[in-house]
Order: sequence, then structure tokens, then C-alpha cells
Amino acid sequence: MNLMKIFKNGLLDENPIFVQLLGMCPTLAVTTSAINGVGMGLAATAVLVASNAAISMMRKIIPSKIRIPAFIVVIASFVTIVGMLMEGYMPSLFKALGLFIPLIVVNCIILARAEAFASKNTVIDSIFDGLGMGLGFTLALTVLGSVRELLGAGSLFGWQLPFAYKPALMMILPPGAFIALGILLALYNVVKSKKSLS
Amino acid sequence: MENASIFVILVSSILVNNFVMSKFLGICPFLGVSKQVETATGMGMAVTFVITLAGMITYLVQKYILVFFHIEYLQTVAFILVIAALVQFVEIVLQKLSPVLYQALGVYLPLITTNCAVLGLALLNIQYKLNFVQTIFHSFGAAVGFSLAIILFAGIRERLAISDVPAPFKGFPIALITAGLMSMAFLGFAGLV
Repeated sequence: MNLMKIFKNGLLDENPIFVQLLGMCPTLAVTTSAINGVGMGLAATAVLVASNAAISMMRKIIPSKIRIPAFIVVIASFVTIVGMLMEGYMPSLFKALGLFIPLIVVNCIILARAEAFASKNTVIDSIFDGLGMGLGFTLALTVLGSVRELLGAGSLFGWQLPFAYKPALMMILPPGAFIALGILLALYNVVKSKKSLS
Repeated sequence: MENASIFVILVSSILVNNFVMSKFLGICPFLGVSKQVETATGMGMAVTFVITLAGMITYLVQKYILVFFHIEYLQTVAFILVIAALVQFVEIVLQKLSPVLYQALGVYLPLITTNCAVLGLALLNIQYKLNFVQTIFHSFGAAVGFSLAIILFAGIRERLAISDVPAPFKGFPIALITAGLMSMAFLGFAGLV
């Protein structure tokens, strides 16, 4: 497999949110604004790339019987590192994401990639897989965050809309997350079925 | 939250701050294991059992190991290991002691390790600075709230499966919108405590 193909596979074809529906908790919880979506996505990407690389390096040493606990320890260590870095350099973002930073540990995407890809492939391939999947996750979170911020707060990345708009607060409350993601998924299905027809 | 009475904690964790509907914890099993009321009930029971135990044990680990040795920064690593070990342990013990219960909960137990509700709850207990008794009730209440949400949702999805849904909305999209409407209903509890 060439590297671009692995990268594109994660970003679009096998997008973790729109196609595989993995990692739903942070997706719904932190996307109250576009910037939070980007922050969460990049934090998860960093952990994913690092853990994929580390697990791929150790894939021949880890006995297959205890591989899941071993993966979890590796992932938890990287999450702790990323959390500390964020607390130090981006305290406001760290506060906004709150509980969902340590919860990257139990994000199904990361464990799924460790099990399905990194434990079977070379280090370079695994890094590109992590980048593709991570950025695919970031893309989905940013889209959902932008939609919710536009409708619910009338701004995008913190910038107010140039015309008068009365925001629908519901979109940044919990129900808005479910409904916005449901409609985005339906749109994705429409685009996909149109593509496969033509 | 520090001095809240047990009743307030229960009402708040079951209804007002429902784990699934307002905190977005445990969404994966909520969407994944909610096609039938029966399986949803099994998942709810398994989660209630594990979460209540995990809440107690992580509280003790935090207080007597992490704080005692000043290694609080290892919280995430320590908690996830405790939870993974606990799930394995519960599985083995149940298999030996109560085969009937094991039959009922067995398939759901391994799934619980990656249920973010368990780790999320353990971390929240510490963040809210609850004492041991409050921790037990907060954990139990949160788990009951999770079960309530998943069982109600499964009931609706059983009906959805036989109704005529527009093609692009089939499957997950309509399930998510349904969850959104349920979440709106749960918003009605806001301000209760």
C-alpha cells in the first residue's frame, strides 16, 4: 500500500466519524464551537500518531494474549503527556475540553487502529494511518463544530456573522449535538449514493 | 456538590445530569446495544454493576495510593488499569459464583472497559470532591440514569425499525435525531436541583 492511499483511507473513505461511527462521545460533547472541535481533533491525532508508532515498534515483543492491556497502557501514557502539554501551553482550551482530554484513552478509534492496523504494519505505514484517521476525525469534528457554532451562537471560530441573526441556542445545547450529527450523516449518505449512481 | 445530600445526588445524577443525555458519556454502547429492549436491559444491568464497583475502587485508589504517594498525575493510567482489571475480575468471579447472572451479563462485560462512562465517572467523582458514601450513590445514580436512557431509547428504536424512514436517514441518522429529541425532553429536568 502506498502512503497517500493509507492517508486518504483514514481521511475520507473510512472516516472514523462519518463511516465507522467510532468515538462518538467527544464528537458530540466538545463540538459546541469550531475551535473546540479543532482542538479535540488535534489532541486525539497527536495521541493516535504517537501510540500507533509506539505500538507498531513493539508489535513483535508484545505477547498477543495481553496485547489489549499493553495497548491501553501505551495510549494512557501518551494521553497523560498530551494533557500536561495542553494544560501548560493552552490552558483555556484545556479547560474547555475538560473531562474529555483524559477520556481520549477510551476513544474507540485509537484502540481500534492499534488493534486493526498498528499491530500488523510497519512504523511508517502506522504513522500515516494515524495521521489520516486523526485528521479525518478532526475534519468531522470541525464540520460539526462549525455547523453548531453558526446556528447556535451566530459565529464561526469566534467571529460574529456580518448580518443580524438570532441564534438558536438549542444547537449548542446537548440535543443540538445529536440532531446536527444525525442530519450531517444523512447528508453524507445522500452524497455517497449520488456518487455511486454516477 | 461537596455537601449535597444523598437524595439530591441521586436525582441529579439520574435525571438532571443524565450521563447519556446531557454529559455525552457512554454514547458508544448507547447507540450500539440499543436495538432491542432485552439487550439494552442486560447492558444497563452490567454497567450498573461495574460502574458502582469501579466508582468505589477508584475512590480508594485515588485516596490511599495516588494522593498518598503524590503521584496524582498518573490518575488516567492508574484508573484505566483498575477498570480493565476489575472488568476481567468481575467476569471470572461471576462465571464461577453465579452462572445465571454470567449468562445474562456475560457478552456485555468485555465491552464495558472501553465504555467512557466508567472512566468518566471515576474522574468526575474525584473532580466533585465527593466523600466515600456520596461516591457510591453518585456512581449508582449515574449508572441508573444510563440504564434508564438506554432502555427508553431501545423501546423507541424497536418501533423505528418497522416504520417508514426516508432512505438517507435509515439506521444511525434517525437514531441520532431520536436521541436528540429524547435529550430535549431530559432538558426539561434542568433546574430541578
